[in-house]
Amino acid sequence: MTPFDYARPTDLAEALRMGAAAGAAYLGGGTNIVDLMRERLAQPSALVDVSTLPATIAETDGGGLMIGAAVRNTALAEHPVVRSRYPVLARAILAGASAQIRNMATVGGNVLQRTRCTYFYDAEGSSCNKRAPGQGCDAVGGFNRIHAVLGTSDACVATHPSDMCVALAALDAIVHIDGPLGQRTMPFGDLHRLPGDQPDRDTVLAPGDLIVAIELPPLRFGASSTYRKVRDRASYAFALISVAAAVEMDGDRIGDVRIAFGGVAPKPWRALTAEAALRGGPATAQAFRDAAAAEFADARVLRDNSFKPVLASRTLAAVLGTLTTGEAA
Amino acid sequence: MSLIVNGTEVAPPADPRVSLLDHLREGLHLPGTKKGCNQGACGACTVLVDGDRILSCLALAVQYDGRRITTIEGLADDDALHPLQTAFIEHDGFQCGYCTPGQICSAIGMAAEARRGVPSVLTGDLSADITLTREEIQERMSGNLCRCGAHNGIINAIRATVAAEVAA
Repeated sequence: MTPFDYARPTDLAEALRMGAAAGAAYLGGGTNIVDLMRERLAQPSALVDVSTLPATIAETDGGGLMIGAAVRNTALAEHPVVRSRYPVLARAILAGASAQIRNMATVGGNVLQRTRCTYFYDAEGSSCNKRAPGQGCDAVGGFNRIHAVLGTSDACVATHPSDMCVALAALDAIVHIDGPLGQRTMPFGDLHRLPGDQPDRDTVLAPGDLIVAIELPPLRFGASSTYRKVRDRASYAFALISVAAAVEMDGDRIGDVRIAFGGVAPKPWRALTAEAALRGGPATAQAFRDAAAAEFADARVLRDNSFKPVLASRTLAAVLGTLTTGEAA
Repeated sequence: MSLIVNGTEVAPPADPRVSLLDHLREGLHLPGTKKGCNQGACGACTVLVDGDRILSCLALAVQYDGRRITTIEGLADDDALHPLQTAFIEHDGFQCGYCTPGQICSAIGMAAEARRGVPSVLTGDLSADITLTREEIQERMSGNLCRCGAHNGIINAIRATVAAEVAA
């Protein structure tokens, strides 16, 4: 690991000052960046520890939640309001990593974790445009069972690995940012970027920017939401496909619906096309499959992951069927 | 500032690159906590920080300044083993023993989580009290691998102690 300075600021202003210095990186729970630094995939000259800044979960005036970025994943998943009003978020967090890692990982760090593409981590043996722009991508023609089928580019097919973020995408979360450019907010869907020809840039954040909070707006039908993750083993594995969804029925029609997919794209994938196809229509297995087909119409499958559009369709049908009728469709 | 390891104040390492795991084993000569994968995949390095289970391999020791850390060496009361240590012996919860300290620290942390109502991915009703069924324990202990294949004995040992305690 390349030597670095460690600093623990006592308040946000001090953290932002330290984080604005060239070469500095923010440190949350460390579960990703420590590993990246060991592999020399990250080489910050200073770590600014923001994990001990105040971390509260507070109800907002409008009936939503304001979640401090330093809140640990376990604390968010076990919060009574999250469990009752946003079960999709509790279940997404609990589907990720292991209990030990969820106890360490912060909300801000989870959002900013990097891909688990094995070629990205294999610095000595593989080419990767996300790690070294212009080097090429060994995943495109390699073992790509876990890789993305939507939103990819010729330069990069890596997925965003977070489960929590899939729920945040479905919930229309708002990201609160502070940094050299000042305080601002951003829709969660605008935070992560698609790779294009710059796959090394995961987000639109500027140097020195710090995510200070994630806000959940109120969602009338948030209690009718869930998360389902399909993976190669039953626990402690990244998603092949995951679905975060919330549904509100209007008689026997779908009144409103929120859907996001994990494991399919370089960013948490909000399925606006599928939502539009379902809104106002019947809650039938055929409608669920048609909605998934519309969402994945432009999918670019690779050698080992052509199952993903099919598995996504089946997983969506199972989730929406369970939410609307109590049984998988 | 200092770390409090098994009740004793100790200095953090001078080099911030040192993991909590390496500081425990090499700086403090507490080799009970084991280094398996050193990348957060196996759970052998699990310790308790203020009662919460974490992976000491992914933890920078300096980050735990001022925190109370409990390792396998801190569980027994003099010669009286912790009930989980006894249960692991009674239920053959190990073969080579390398993952055992992490398994036991993890199970203690798991019991505390279940007592305060933390759900798991298997929990049906998110607002209900937690019942530590065999399946719930398997899920909650999935961050601790055993290459010898002693998982059945491990789960039995945990059920015999922790599950009864949480249900009480």
